[in-house]
Amino acid sequence: MRLIIEKRLESSRLIAFLVPIASILLALLAGAGLLAAAGVNPWQTYRAMALGAFGSKYSLSETLVKAIPLMLSGLGVSIAFRMLFWNIGAEGQLAMGGFAAAGVALFLADKIPDPLLLPAMFVAAFLAGALWGLIPAGLKAALGVNEIITSLMLNYVAILWIEHLFYGPWKDPQGYGFPGSAQFPKAAWLPRLTGRVHAGLIIAIVAAAFLWLVLGRSKWGYEIKVIGENPRAARYAGMSLARNILLVMLLSGGLAGLAGFGEVAGISHRLQKGLTVGYGYTAIIVAWLARLNPWGVLLVAFLLAGLLVGGDQIQITMGLPAAMALVLQGAILFFVLGGALFAQYRLRLVRRPPGLSTSAEVTE
Amino acid sequence: MIDTSSDPAVAMRGITKRFPGVLANDHIDFEVQAGEIHALLGENGAGKSTLMNILTGLYRADEGEIALHGRRVDIRSPRDAIALGIGMVHQHFMVVEPLTVAENIILGLNKPRFALNMKRAEEEIAALSQRYGLRVDPHAYIWQLSVGEQQRVEILKMLYRGADILILDEPTAVLTPQEAGELGRTLRHMAAEGKAVIFITHKLDEVAEFSDRVTVLRRGRVVATLPTAETTRSDLARLMVGREVLFRLEKEAVEPGETVLDVQGLRALGDKGLPALQGVSFQVRAGEILGIAGVAGNGQRELAEVLTGLRKASAGRVLVGGRDITNRSPRVVIDEGVAHVPGDRLGMGLVPDLAVSDNLILKSYRQPPFCGGFFLHRDSINEHADNLIAAYDIATPSPATPVKLLSGGNLQKCILAREITTGRGLLVAVHPTRGLDVGATEAVRRTLLEQRAAGMAILLISEDLDELLAISDRLAVIYEGRIMGVVDAASADLEEIGLMMAGTEVSTSNPKP
Repeated sequence: MRLIIEKRLESSRLIAFLVPIASILLALLAGAGLLAAAGVNPWQTYRAMALGAFGSKYSLSETLVKAIPLMLSGLGVSIAFRMLFWNIGAEGQLAMGGFAAAGVALFLADKIPDPLLLPAMFVAAFLAGALWGLIPAGLKAALGVNEIITSLMLNYVAILWIEHLFYGPWKDPQGYGFPGSAQFPKAAWLPRLTGRVHAGLIIAIVAAAFLWLVLGRSKWGYEIKVIGENPRAARYAGMSLARNILLVMLLSGGLAGLAGFGEVAGISHRLQKGLTVGYGYTAIIVAWLARLNPWGVLLVAFLLAGLLVGGDQIQITMGLPAAMALVLQGAILFFVLGGALFAQYRLRLVRRPPGLSTSAEVTE
Repeated sequence: MIDTSSDPAVAMRGITKRFPGVLANDHIDFEVQAGEIHALLGENGAGKSTLMNILTGLYRADEGEIALHGRRVDIRSPRDAIALGIGMVHQHFMVVEPLTVAENIILGLNKPRFALNMKRAEEEIAALSQRYGLRVDPHAYIWQLSVGEQQRVEILKMLYRGADILILDEPTAVLTPQEAGELGRTLRHMAAEGKAVIFITHKLDEVAEFSDRVTVLRRGRVVATLPTAETTRSDLARLMVGREVLFRLEKEAVEPGETVLDVQGLRALGDKGLPALQGVSFQVRAGEILGIAGVAGNGQRELAEVLTGLRKASAGRVLVGGRDITNRSPRVVIDEGVAHVPGDRLGMGLVPDLAVSDNLILKSYRQPPFCGGFFLHRDSINEHADNLIAAYDIATPSPATPVKLLSGGNLQKCILAREITTGRGLLVAVHPTRGLDVGATEAVRRTLLEQRAAGMAILLISEDLDELLAISDRLAVIYEGRIMGVVDAASADLEEIGLMMAGTEVSTSNPKP
């Protein structure tokens, strides 16, 4: 008996739907093993996590708060990935978006009429994220520089740049030494929907709808699809790869920049430590698990945010390290990506009769 | 020693191999005697390669058994096959360019475990090449060799490993007629020494010329095994295709019009930065097919790429309809009405995962009625797809089917349909029928002739001399990036073309118009 892997003729919708669910269940099962090894009851832990993330109005709103930056930067990452441009720099683009929004709120508040302040911050954040994204895009388009390296490295530049600001020149003199800028004027606060959930959620939903429309219905979406599937065919068809890389990264970086805008204008109301906690990296997982589908990004971002919030919760209620949630996150990614193989391939058990022969019977 | 017993060198019995959705080999019985040249004839997809891949250990049969010289064997891997004396020369050579002939031949052998006696190996190789008439210098580097010589290296490699069953996969596809003749003599020599030679082909002439017996496969089954002497070309064709085949396509007499494509002194570099085109000049007129003949790798691909804006020319000019398009972008070239059927269908001509309908607008998606500024118009795109699918007889479950699920012939029909509807004036077709079965080949050639009759200027780049002779009006032979001569296809002399393909300049029987 031996296992052989063979390609499925067509990946059915049912399989495409069942495989991720089975993968997540298996990941939870593997996580249960780890939890049991850590000496806690897995069932209780999962229950505590689920309640902590989705069990009450408060916990749901906290999950949404964490989901918003994941949604926006996840959408940004997903559109770049669709074109096989590996933008690992959402974290830096988010930081630069937060920086630009904070700059407008702190220094231009008295020059801009109040109703226009938030729109100005929105535009500044989008542009800052976009420009940060355009650096690796331009280098790739003009010189063929590997964007994975450049976009990743620029994260450190951006993070250190905002740290420099809130530890140094922008530090609040009345902040008792706390690393952060002064608080923004009220006009620069994003309205809240419920709890700490701010209007960034609406921006994310609108952005997803926009991407869905562009990707599915527009000429540009068609070009992105063709370039992503077969760059040689795209060139053959007269599409400009350089132009599309720049345009897509403008949008990708801009969306991540908006995530930064949401964080500073909707949550902290200042530029402070804690803006860059890894949303930009988790966004990569979000985009991938969502198979780069805009609506999928919203859903996956919400679920992963729940995992983060639930992870914080078990720290408090079960006395477990928060890293446990990250372990689970890693396990889920591992299983879902591994499971993707089974959406396209299937395993077959093949029995071979003994003796020197090449005959083999097929068992389904 | 010649095997005189009745046990065949190779006996495959009841071989069955299934791939998802395809029965590639259906209870195939196949025998080859020591000392014979056995042709394995069939269309693409008939199961020839699968059967040979089973014999060489690349695939495993689902059912059936193999015996060599009367002994049952279990071939689990290519390593087993080599150990059993089975050697295969693939269509794409497995040679390492920066190494010498001798180094390539001993590569992968674990015979000298520690000390490598290069000199002795070279002597042995020289002796082998002498014995079989495989002229090649053991000290030469592979990159210095012609394709024909590289093929000899591959054959020597098998002989050096002690193979007594040799399989050659479409060995003449890359050879000039003269080189093919030489290969035939070598095969004959090897058979005379008692080796079993199997060659895979879909060319009827080669079967008649080289083989002692022929086994014809169709759709995974053996249709017949016959002594070659008892067959005729049309018998074999009928067996292979399952119906009568047209060997001559009706070619209307078309009076060529004005010059559409004017190429002047074109030079360009290849992928490795070496000159691939070294001053190419020719013209193609409306209503005319100019064929470019030549052994693969003599600048054909680069020529097509420069003409379509995909590669930069370093010198020279390309005029289409009198307008200079030298070094303009592919977009501009498309807008000038140049259609391009690329040699690599799925790699360049189509987007495998996109729907048939989306692939049919690859060149026209920017224009109305498919696009109104920003959004695409689905209705027009679907209508367009329905029209082309009907007009070009494209077999697809639906316009929304990913194009990669179509057969080779239908892929090519998609490309042709799209290019002909978007192109105006000039069509550059590269290997348009390569890998297609007879039916699809006929359809493609017919379409090209229809376009010729409709006044299109067609540049046909092909490695298939029969095809070039059948449908082109004039034939230009390219060798190392130079046009060696242009001849009239109707009165072309095969010997002369062969000489030009091998690099001999011949006074052209039909000077440029």
